Amino acid sequence: MADPMKIRARMAGDKVEVKVLMAHDMETGQRKDSKGNAIPAHFIQHVTATHNGKVVLSADWGPAVSKNPFLSFKFAGGKPGDKVTVTWTDNNGEKRTDEATVQS
Amino acid sequence: MKHTWERAARVALAAVLTAGASASAQDRSAVEEIEKYRAALGDGNPAELWEARGEALWKEKAGPRNASLEKCDLGLGPGVVRGAYAQLPRYFADTDMVQDLESRLVTCRVTLQGLTPEEARKNPFGSTGKKVVNDALVAFITSESRDVKMNVSTAHPKEQAAYELGREIFFYRGGPYDFACATCHGVDNVRIRLQDLPNLTRQNDAQRAYTTWPAYRVSQGEVRTFQWRLEDCFRQQRFPHLKFTSEASIALTMFLAKNANGAPFNAPAIKR
Repeated sequence: MADPMKIRARMAGDKVEVKVLMAHDMETGQRKDSKGNAIPAHFIQHVTATHNGKVVLSADWGPAVSKNPFLSFKFAGGKPGDKVTVTWTDNNGEKRTDEATVQS
Repeated sequence: MKHTWERAARVALAAVLTAGASASAQDRSAVEEIEKYRAALGDGNPAELWEARGEALWKEKAGPRNASLEKCDLGLGPGVVRGAYAQLPRYFADTDMVQDLESRLVTCRVTLQGLTPEEARKNPFGSTGKKVVNDALVAFITSESRDVKMNVSTAHPKEQAAYELGREIFFYRGGPYDFACATCHGVDNVRIRLQDLPNLTRQNDAQRAYTTWPAYRVSQGEVRTFQWRLEDCFRQQRFPHLKFTSEASIALTMFLAKNANGAPFNAPAIKR
């Protein structure tokens, strides 16, 4: 199973700043191994973030995103104690969801 | 991100080459730009993912004895992790040896978890698609010494002997390139491409270098430990392969760690 994400969510002025680290190999499909065989593409295709159940970010990703990606974004309308949930789905259908509480 | 940086570096290098008289000013600004790049990356250092995995591995029951590593003695007593790395390598009475963190972890995995020494030393460094135990444990344990001042002792005769052996290796010239560690790391203001090479014979350089390993290597997408760093230095010098947790590797670590004494530890860091 995929490793957990590291999610930090804290107030930045009147907005919530979310910083997410995801553990993923993000293989492009363009690389070859030592025997010359192509390494199959394996990357995160879709990321969604929800705030108390409401979607605040939805993104389609491709193979150009780095290994172990770092994502940072802000959204309005949150307050300390709220829950922020991030979910990624990769091209193999693997999924990972983690949650964080907004800090003041 | 890497490509952008490489392009920026190439532009900066071209500027250095054409500027002539103002080369040193350009030089400085290139270094400053790299510092900015590092600072931007530091905000989301993926080494944190290794730290989290390492903490879980530390507490997880594993091996033939189905035991966790929580009773592992890293020098400050069984199970004490906080600040332990800042005092390693050190002499351990139970093994009658000077050990660095990675060799000590091998000992703990053998004595507590019941692995054979060969199993515990196998695959110490991770790569894409291959997660290993060693680098995650190292990331976790070293992160617990962040901001702790380096305080490596050479009071025990074996510690002193390791330090002196390490110094000898550092200055030992050999191999097909007739290289020593000191060939690159004993001179001020030199670099490979745009990487500054610390002069490890100077205290502030030695401190800054040692206290920022282990590190997440952006270009490799892995956390690299100090044993990895030394092994790769040996490869770059075209020296014989440095055996993982060998006496030579521990002695060299001892020499470099002791020279960093007094500086606050600041790793796992992030490097290009």
